[in-house]
Amino acid sequence: MSVASVALAPRVPRPAAAVVVVFVLAIIAVAVPAVFSVFWIRSFTTSVIYAIACAGVGLLYGRLGLVSLGQIALVGVGGWITLRLGHGTSLPYPVLLVASGLGTCVIGVMVGLPALRLSGLNLAIVTLMFAGAFSIVFNATGFPNGGGGFLGPATGSVQPIALERPSLGHSDAGYFRYVVIVAALMFAALAWQLRGRAGRQWAVIRQSEAGALAAGVDTTRSKLRALALVSFTTGVAGGLLAANAGVLDPGNFTPSESILLFAVVLIGGAFSLFGAVLAGLLGQAMPSLLSELGVNGNAILVVFGLSLIHAVSTAPAGIAGQLHALVSKARRETVDGR
Amino acid sequence: MLRVRDLSVSFGGVMPLDDVTFELPDGVCGLVGPNGAGKTTFFNVLSGFVRPSAGAVEADGTSLLSMAPHRRARWGLRRTFQQEQVVHSLSAYDNVRIAADEVGAAGDQVREALAFVGLDDAQRRGRHLTMLERRLTEIARSVVGRPRLVLLDEPGAGLAEEETERLVALIRKIPERFGAQVILVDHDMELVSAVCGNTVVLDFGRVIALGPTADVLSDEHVKRAYLGTEEVV
Ligand SMILES: Nc1ncnc2c1ncn2[C@@H]1O[C@H](COP(=O)(O)OP(=O)(O)O)[C@@H](O)[C@H]1O
Ligand SMILES: [Mg+2]
Repeated sequence: MSVASVALAPRVPRPAAAVVVVFVLAIIAVAVPAVFSVFWIRSFTTSVIYAIACAGVGLLYGRLGLVSLGQIALVGVGGWITLRLGHGTSLPYPVLLVASGLGTCVIGVMVGLPALRLSGLNLAIVTLMFAGAFSIVFNATGFPNGGGGFLGPATGSVQPIALERPSLGHSDAGYFRYVVIVAALMFAALAWQLRGRAGRQWAVIRQSEAGALAAGVDTTRSKLRALALVSFTTGVAGGLLAANAGVLDPGNFTPSESILLFAVVLIGGAFSLFGAVLAGLLGQAMPSLLSELGVNGNAILVVFGLSLIHAVSTAPAGIAGQLHALVSKARRETVDGR
Repeated sequence: MLRVRDLSVSFGGVMPLDDVTFELPDGVCGLVGPNGAGKTTFFNVLSGFVRPSAGAVEADGTSLLSMAPHRRARWGLRRTFQQEQVVHSLSAYDNVRIAADEVGAAGDQVREALAFVGLDDAQRRGRHLTMLERRLTEIARSVVGRPRLVLLDEPGAGLAEEETERLVALIRKIPERFGAQVILVDHDMELVSAVCGNTVVLDFGRVIALGPTADVLSDEHVKRAYLGTEEVV
């Protein structure tokens, strides 16, 4: 049994991998502000923020097979809470982020509890309607910008004011670093869950719900756990977005933005956190690139459309999946070459 | 000991189980019958995936039907499926751990279950396992922790003859090693005769024979209803 025990020992996550990730993040945090112009630093900042939302979409779809088209509404709700509390209280910014995450967590679970009984197309439609409803509310009330009352929009003689960024991230470069650190924490939380018992439950549910139940998994609870986790991180992304410019525009939280978010996740890769980073870049940095090149902004939709067809037909694991396959192939070949 | 009383299931007009009553003693028991006889439906009733229109099931003195499906598994009801259900993206080890997590079994129990089925290199992912290794992984998942009633739905399907022999040796050992009752569904009569002390025969929702396996399989009714069609198939 002792020999077998050694062979069967669970593969522990290599600490080396974590060291590499921290190292790469440190380089990005230092290099991006040093190398790029303010225009690009801002673009990368929103890319990283959206990457957090993409990771949530990817977890729900890639791990549980749940199509949620309502995630952008949760980003909006998180942003709303941060703006509201930021203008109305003197709580430190990290507390605002946590409060936003908890608020969206509650809303996500409340909507999700009945919606989880649905699957496939029905769930997609219900969550899209959820996004539509919130979009209407955002449009009607506006986001808090220093006005009075519960909703807090500036009206009449009150001048709108922007929320201040946290003191650690006042400059664009500083805020970029701040966002990278918060995103790293969110990704670490997702990775930690994916590697543990929750991740195993999601994997078996994805394969077969009956198989999961037969193994004793409380599937409803496990899905709710995913929803709560994803709603939290998505709300934090909203909080980061709110403090980026200090104001939010209802036009950024429409159902079509929600669909676009889902599309870039499919293109970038729904099965890995790296895919979420690619998706964030596709959704935010890519339009910047096109506008730098002087291409019409709507051309991005054509690019996404074509990439989506490519992803759905030949690369179900997205660009991240293709890169991963390339790297494994290269690795195998170097090993064989020895 | 498994007690089934007046159990009926209807899917629209079809009655895959029609007022079925029988008892199965501890040890390994066989459940046989032609295709569509209601064997898998019976397992699905025990698992809680199919709600019977009438009847009761008592295992080890516990009424199963009032428990939620995942609670039955935690109580000790385990099963495999006709279609293998190994998770492709997880290692064999983690596949067994899925059940171990839920029933509160520790790492050494996972290793014990894997050692029991003789699966070496449990770090390979589900998608890289052979059919035999997948069946073995599923059996390990069904016995990890404290199983009380293990349902095996055609575990020998898709296996070569010498692989089936390995399965026979394994299934036989489950009651003694883990203290669980086993119910085996299979079309391979050699497999059933080799491991099952008692066997119940279903035919279109009704029990047509029940008793020691050798007696049941030589019964004229059974031969006509089941073995006859088997030869034709
Ligand atoms: N979910 C279901 N809905 C409708 N009919 C079903 C369902 N499951 C099984 N049946 C029918 O019930 C009968 C018994 O099926 P099953 O229990 O799978 O048989 P066996 O496992 O003995 O081959 C068959 O006629 C099958 O078509
Ligand atoms: Mg069957």
